[in-house]
Amino acid sequence: MFLPLLARDLSLARGRAGAAALPIVFFLLVAIVFPFAVGPDARTLARVGAGVVWVAALLAALLPVPTLFEADRADGTLDHYAARQIPAEIVAAARLAAHWTAFAVPLLIAAPLAALLFGLSAPAILRLELALALGTPGLASLAVVAAALTAGAREGGMLSGLLVFPLAVPLLIFGAGAAGGSGAGAFRLLGAATLVLVAMGPFAAGAGVRAARG
Amino acid sequence: MHRFANPARFLRIARVATPLTLWPGLALTMLGLCWGLFYAPPDYLQGDSARIMDVHVPAAILAEGGYAGLAVAAAVGLVWKHPLADVAARALAPVGAVFAAVCLITGSLWGQPTWGTWWVWDARLTSMLVLFFLYLGVIALGNAFDEPGRGAKSAAILAIVGAINLPIIKYSVDWWNTLHQRASITLSGSTIAPALLWPLGISFLGFALLFAATVMMRMRAEIAQTRVAARARRTAEAFA
Repeated sequence: MFLPLLARDLSLARGRAGAAALPIVFFLLVAIVFPFAVGPDARTLARVGAGVVWVAALLAALLPVPTLFEADRADGTLDHYAARQIPAEIVAAARLAAHWTAFAVPLLIAAPLAALLFGLSAPAILRLELALALGTPGLASLAVVAAALTAGAREGGMLSGLLVFPLAVPLLIFGAGAAGGSGAGAFRLLGAATLVLVAMGPFAAGAGVRAARG
Repeated sequence: MHRFANPARFLRIARVATPLTLWPGLALTMLGLCWGLFYAPPDYLQGDSARIMDVHVPAAILAEGGYAGLAVAAAVGLVWKHPLADVAARALAPVGAVFAAVCLITGSLWGQPTWGTWWVWDARLTSMLVLFFLYLGVIALGNAFDEPGRGAKSAAILAIVGAINLPIIKYSVDWWNTLHQRASITLSGSTIAPALLWPLGISFLGFALLFAATVMMRMRAEIAQTRVAARARRTAEAFA
C-alpha cells in the first residue's frame, strides 16, 4: 500500500508545483538575509555559513507543515484510508517520503547557491551537501510528526516550530558539525540521528494521524 | 491499576493525601532553605553563592522526574485509556515546567558569580533548556484543539517522543565534559560535605512533597470542574 500512497502524494505535490517552490525560496531568503544582519565580513560569514544553511534548511522543512495532513483530514481522506484498513503508519511513511522528495531534492540543488553566498570553499560545499543529504530525511520525519500532531489545531503552524525544535537539536548540532569539518564522527552521528528519526517518525506520526481522525 | 481508575476512589485518597503532603512539604522546604541559607557553612571554594544549590538541585531533579511522570501518564493514557491518566498529565505539565524554569534561572544566577557568565552552551544546560521547551510544547499542544479529547492524545504522543531527552540530560555531564560539574551524589556516596548535604536533602524532600501536593490539587480541581460542567449541562437539558 506504500507505493500507491507515495505515488498519490507525489502527484499532488507536483500539481502544486508553484507552491512547492516556496520552501526553497524561503530557504534562499533566510540565507540571503543573514549576511545583512551579521555584516559582510568574509571570515565571519565563512565560519557561520554551514550553520546558517542548516537553520535555513530546518525552517524550509517546517514551512509546509500545516499543509501536510490538513487537506486530507478536512476532506475525509484519512477516514477513507482507515475504512480501507490502511495502517496509519503506512500513510505517515508515504507522507514522509513525499515530503522529503518535495522539499529536500530542490534544497540539495539550491544549497550550493546559498553556500556560495557565504563564500564557502569547494570542499566545504561538498561537506555541506553530504551533511544535508544525510540530515534532510530526519528533518522531513520531524515535519511529518509535527504535522500529524497539530492537524486540526487552531494555530498549528506556529505550534509546529515549538514541537520540532527540541527534537531537531541533535540534527542541528551534528549536521552543522559535520558540514563545518568536525570529521567523520559527526557524519556518523548525523546518520544515526536521521536513522532514529526516520524509524520512529512514522509510528509517532501514525499515532497522530489516528488521533486526527478522531 | 484499574482499581484507582475510579475518580471517586482517587478523590477519597487525594483528599487525605493532599494535606499530608502539603503541610510537611511546606515545613520541610522552609526548614531546608533556612538551614542552607543562614546556618550552613559557606562552601570552601564558591563561598556563599553555593547556597542556591538548595533550590537549583531539587528543581532540576523534580523537573526531570516530573517529565518522566508525564511520559508515564501519557503512555498509560494512550495504551490503557486510563481515565485519570490524561488528567494527571495535564496536572503535571505546568508544575514540571515551572520547576524547569526555576532550575534554569537559579542556574544562571549561580553561574554568573562562579563561572563568570549567565549562560554557556554546555551539554547539560542545553538539554535542560530543551526539556523546558518540551514542557512548553506539551502544554501548548494540549490546549491547541477545540475538540476536548484531541489535545490530550497529541500532547501524550509528544510527551512520549520527548522522553528520549531524559537520559541525555542525566548522562550529558558524563559524555561531554565541558563546564557543568559532574554528579556529586552517586550510588556509591557523595562528595558534598555533610553540613551542606543535610539542608540539600531536606529541601529536596520538601520540594518533592510540594510537587506531589500541587499535582494532586490540580487533579482534584480539574475533576471538580468536569463535574460542575456536567451538572450544568444536565440542568440545562432538564430545562430544555
